[in-house]
Amino acid sequence: MTGLGFVWKNLYRKKTRTFLTFFCLYIAFLLYVALGSIAVVFSVDTISGELGANRLQTSAKYSMIDDIPKRYVDEISQLDGVELVTHMSWFGGYYKEPNNMLVTFPVDPSTFFRVYPEYEISDEHLTAFLETRRGMVAPISLVERYEWKVGDIIPIGSQIYPQEDGNYIWEFELVGSYTPDQDGQTAVLLQYDYFEEATAFGKGAVGWLAIQISDPQLAPELSQQIDSMYINSSDPVRTATESESNRQFLAQYGNITLMMSGILLAVFFTILLVCANTMAQAFRERIAELGVLKTIGFNDYRLGLWMLSEAIWLSVIPAVFGVLIGMGVLFMLGSSGATAMFVPTPPMSVVLSTAASSLGLALALGVIVGAIPALTTTRMSIVDAMHA
Amino acid sequence: MAFIELINVVKNYTKGSEVVHVLQDLNLSLNAGDFLALMGPSGSGKSTLLNLIGGIDKPTAGRVVVGGAELGGMSSSQLAKWRSESIGFVFQFYNLLPFLTAQRNIELPLLLTNLRGAQRKENAMTALRTVSLDDRAKHKPGQLSGGQQQRVAIARAIVADPQILVCDEPTGDLDRQSAQEILELLEILNDRFKKTIIMVTHDPLAAEHAKKVLHLDKGVLVESTEEAVSA
Repeated sequence: MTGLGFVWKNLYRKKTRTFLTFFCLYIAFLLYVALGSIAVVFSVDTISGELGANRLQTSAKYSMIDDIPKRYVDEISQLDGVELVTHMSWFGGYYKEPNNMLVTFPVDPSTFFRVYPEYEISDEHLTAFLETRRGMVAPISLVERYEWKVGDIIPIGSQIYPQEDGNYIWEFELVGSYTPDQDGQTAVLLQYDYFEEATAFGKGAVGWLAIQISDPQLAPELSQQIDSMYINSSDPVRTATESESNRQFLAQYGNITLMMSGILLAVFFTILLVCANTMAQAFRERIAELGVLKTIGFNDYRLGLWMLSEAIWLSVIPAVFGVLIGMGVLFMLGSSGATAMFVPTPPMSVVLSTAASSLGLALALGVIVGAIPALTTTRMSIVDAMHA
Repeated sequence: MAFIELINVVKNYTKGSEVVHVLQDLNLSLNAGDFLALMGPSGSGKSTLLNLIGGIDKPTAGRVVVGGAELGGMSSSQLAKWRSESIGFVFQFYNLLPFLTAQRNIELPLLLTNLRGAQRKENAMTALRTVSLDDRAKHKPGQLSGGQQQRVAIARAIVADPQILVCDEPTGDLDRQSAQEILELLEILNDRFKKTIIMVTHDPLAAEHAKKVLHLDKGVLVESTEEAVSA
């Protein structure tokens, strides 16, 4: 038996209590990693840091669900400092079942992949997309998951747009796949021309524009210029950098970061009490034993250190499990595309950073709850301890 | 100089505003290899005297010198190290750790040494054989009788081979037969292994096993008798 072995044996001497404390902490750290990672994704800093600095986004001024005229693409393309304009529309797509949602955008293939170079597509697939009227491309992960093959006719339902015959089920031909820059990105891209031709309404309209500009420094000036162009029209617009637009979009859900931080704070305050209570009980139960150990010759500092390390193990062990399971959950959500619909999938760097901070938090928690028992252990006289 | 010497020792405790005088100007000398029984009524200061000799308490005044070491001048850490090397403690209620096996309990003092795990285990088994409990090595205290637990406690006290055994009513919680076995074991440790033993007891029959008996009353040494060890 070693000193560490002695600490471990102490930790497990009340198995039920230790297990229940572990379980509380495990759940808390699982929540921390899962919610914490998502909260980070919703924060302004992350959004700003992740998205392209040389793209503007123009959408309807009053609501993002309103369309804007497609002719704005050509008009804005004429402005100095604008390199390229592409457009997207929210199709409200699903595959097979309405609850199996797909992020689906009708786009202009000739410009989309130039404005979004981080979406990599082979020349062969891009040419096919350009030339196939009912063409669609999908991220490689989605193609593999549904075992689609090039040439397949994929039925995609729309929650919004019926075809002219009233049918909400559309058929597209898969002509290729692309590789997105972010794990979990599941947007299916459709040929806008075909969509516009066949839709029962919304012809000549698009959802929003993505504008590639020559210099990020021009963003404020161009945004103002574009908004001014349509301020007195029936379709006024709001233009902002892509990061700002995304932040505003996510803000529709409320202050997610604040809400999640509040939940996590409450969770951690509770587990601090749980953990402190466990350590306080463990300490009270063994005051006489500590007296015996001091009598045998264990010095104050060694026993205090053992008490502290027991508290640290108590918080770190379940934290490790919670963090690993939490990361697994995020990974599964990301790869299934379940988060892509309403919540951005946290990038691996964010998850790893949250995991690291979780373990740091667990360490701090252990030190906080172990400090008082450890200090009391070092200060306790043998005579008093033996009479406890 | 005697092996254990207490010179003009005073020990007071403070309870609120009241000062309790436990030991008053006490002088005592013991030689190496002595087996002393300390007797006296409750509250007479027996355990306090034992604590002073064992280095787990310090006198209010006076000197305590054990094996040439002046205990009053040592820091808490120095005293802890000295105890681990020089003293073995045996308590009335055994004070074994309930979640450790007999062997692990005995190994505890050896964690303070530089011995390797295998050597610690071997030493613990040797101590268990000395108290005739090597077949109970894997038993936890709850699976042993009172007498067996006290023998394990004695094995723990001797495993680091200290010169002195300090026993606080070692038979106080045992039936007569178990008590007799423990006392015989202490005699063997004194005779064969030359351990100096100081034993606090209320039991005159237990005191008969000691070579020397001291009586304390209200903190004062009132009687000293030297007796032959009972066979």
